[in-house]
Amino acid sequence: MYVAVKGGEAAIEKAHRLLADRRRGDRSVPALSLEQVAGQLSLAVDRVMAEGSLYDPDLAAMAVRQSRGDLIEAIFLIRAYRTTLPRFGATRPVETAAMRIERRVSATYKDIPGGQLLGPTFDYTHRLIDPDMAGDHPVAPGALREMAGDAAYPRVTDILNDEGLIEPDVASDVEPGDLTRDPTGFPAGRDLRLQALARGDEGFLLSLGYSTQRGYGRTHPFVGEVRIGLVDLEIDLPELGFAVNIGAIRVTECQMVSQFKGGGENGPRFTRGYGLVFGQSERKAMAMSLVDRALRADEFDENRVAPAQDEEFVLSHCDNVEATGFVEHLKLPHYVDFQAELDLLRMLRREHAAKTTAETDRQEAAE
Amino acid sequence: MTLPTYNFAYLDEQTKRMIRRAILKGIAIPGYQVPFASREMPMPYGWGTGGVQVTAAILGPDDVLKVIDQGADDTTNAVSIRAFFAKTANVATTTKTADATIIQTRHRIPEERLQAHQTLVFQVPIPEPLRFLEPRETETRVMHGLEEYGLVHVKLYEDIAQHGHIATTYAYPVKVEDRYVMDPSPIPKFDNPKLGRSPALQLFGAGREKRIYALPPFTEVASLDFEDHPFTVQRFSRPCALCNATGVYMDEVVTDDRGGRMFVCSDTDHCETRQADGHRGPGLPQLGPHAASDRESAR
Repeated sequence: MYVAVKGGEAAIEKAHRLLADRRRGDRSVPALSLEQVAGQLSLAVDRVMAEGSLYDPDLAAMAVRQSRGDLIEAIFLIRAYRTTLPRFGATRPVETAAMRIERRVSATYKDIPGGQLLGPTFDYTHRLIDPDMAGDHPVAPGALREMAGDAAYPRVTDILNDEGLIEPDVASDVEPGDLTRDPTGFPAGRDLRLQALARGDEGFLLSLGYSTQRGYGRTHPFVGEVRIGLVDLEIDLPELGFAVNIGAIRVTECQMVSQFKGGGENGPRFTRGYGLVFGQSERKAMAMSLVDRALRADEFDENRVAPAQDEEFVLSHCDNVEATGFVEHLKLPHYVDFQAELDLLRMLRREHAAKTTAETDRQEAAE
Repeated sequence: MTLPTYNFAYLDEQTKRMIRRAILKGIAIPGYQVPFASREMPMPYGWGTGGVQVTAAILGPDDVLKVIDQGADDTTNAVSIRAFFAKTANVATTTKTADATIIQTRHRIPEERLQAHQTLVFQVPIPEPLRFLEPRETETRVMHGLEEYGLVHVKLYEDIAQHGHIATTYAYPVKVEDRYVMDPSPIPKFDNPKLGRSPALQLFGAGREKRIYALPPFTEVASLDFEDHPFTVQRFSRPCALCNATGVYMDEVVTDDRGGRMFVCSDTDHCETRQADGHRGPGLPQLGPHAASDRESAR
């Protein structure tokens, strides 16, 4: 006796209750505090802020906890909240030359004004699992270099630009587009591309950037500079007539010095790829700068032959919240459409069988 | 730290106005895909975010909402979307097609003919009917602009050449008012005839692809075909095992692992209403002295 499938509502309720149970885990172990997540899993929090495109470490830490450490799920939570927030203004362009540097490396010059600064990096660690990580051992405080009062950290690209060796970064008065507020059309333009890349999936951009290094849209990149640190945010208040500081955020910036282009009135010079990401994420900023440069193929009359150079391909597929939703929606019921396919396939097979039988009969008759 | 709060039907009023403008444009140009600034919703892309945004934009406090997925009100995603609006908009919900003012659907059109005061909101995964023939949006928009639809007919023709039949069984392309070729969303082609000349307003929302389109009431909608291969819909040889209905779309239910199958209405409200009216299908215990033999003969 067939009983209609009922009880979706009860099943969902029970499933979510079980989810909450599994999320909390062993009750004899203290629950994670947001301070622990934000303080000790800060790179996970940074990634959630970057791809969630909302700078709020507390909320991001809550999202990481709520998602049981599934970062794309956490990004999704942040996005769904962000979209409800009113937009009351835009900051002035962030001045990364005035960044309070925590880390800064250049691959193009041995020494640069302000110096190279390794900062809190995994680079040059030996990837051996540290037995201390099994317990809570005392950790010595970091030794910080004295900051000179007026220390300046000019960007490597500005140094190159002084000599005319690289294309200039031209200031624009045009308000940049916002793909979360306007429907995207193609060609999208560099402002929207950079926005999409800054929100884009780290893994997807990493692989695309990697593909350019392996010849699929090669750009001959050098890391002019990667810098991580705090930058001030300023906003113009029309009532006051001047800009006020509304706080500081930590960002990672990568300036990729890329394939030079010749000719024209300016002579040959290097081109730029740019990456800027919330928080500390060198991998993402570097990959972004590779893909940004690859996507500028048209500007430099390069043939668009590789996926990383294809704006519509990259922008349509770099968002992990879109991608995960559509891939995972395949688990939703599709039985209406599947029934339609079954119906057609059975008919085609009947016809095929009838035809085969008819042919066999004909052959036998001929023999 | 301030904790999150949300507006009526989740979306803020500015966003709803933006969506309503897109809907109005869609109604003004039937079958044309209007780009809109789709928002990120608290459910995943591909799970009805377009339909949810359209519903949120048109929903008022007095509306009565029905949500179906695969024709059924109690499939988990339909339950989830209905609960979302019950929570964020506090609107009345129903499973009765006749009682609803707004019906959000995935993959089906209800069997019962819709009325003028009703709006049907479709969830659309891929709004572009040309997408699998031409992946680039920049190209397909031009093709629509120039009414260049030869490629679709070539595809349908190739189906016939290869299989003897048009091999599209759902998301079957239609032409609207003899102008735009439109994807009706992945409804079975069985439902296509209900699209045309419907007294109800039909709205289509694709969240991830950021498109809205519409069929105003009494729009002409033609399923693409050829004179010598006219459009046909699926037919089921057996009546519904529960309500004895014929001429409806069915779910095939696997009853055992020895080839046992039964066919029941995909539209659960239609089926339940008929059962309440006294219709009994061969799969139910029969009343009267010949019950057993009736059931046998129905097999």
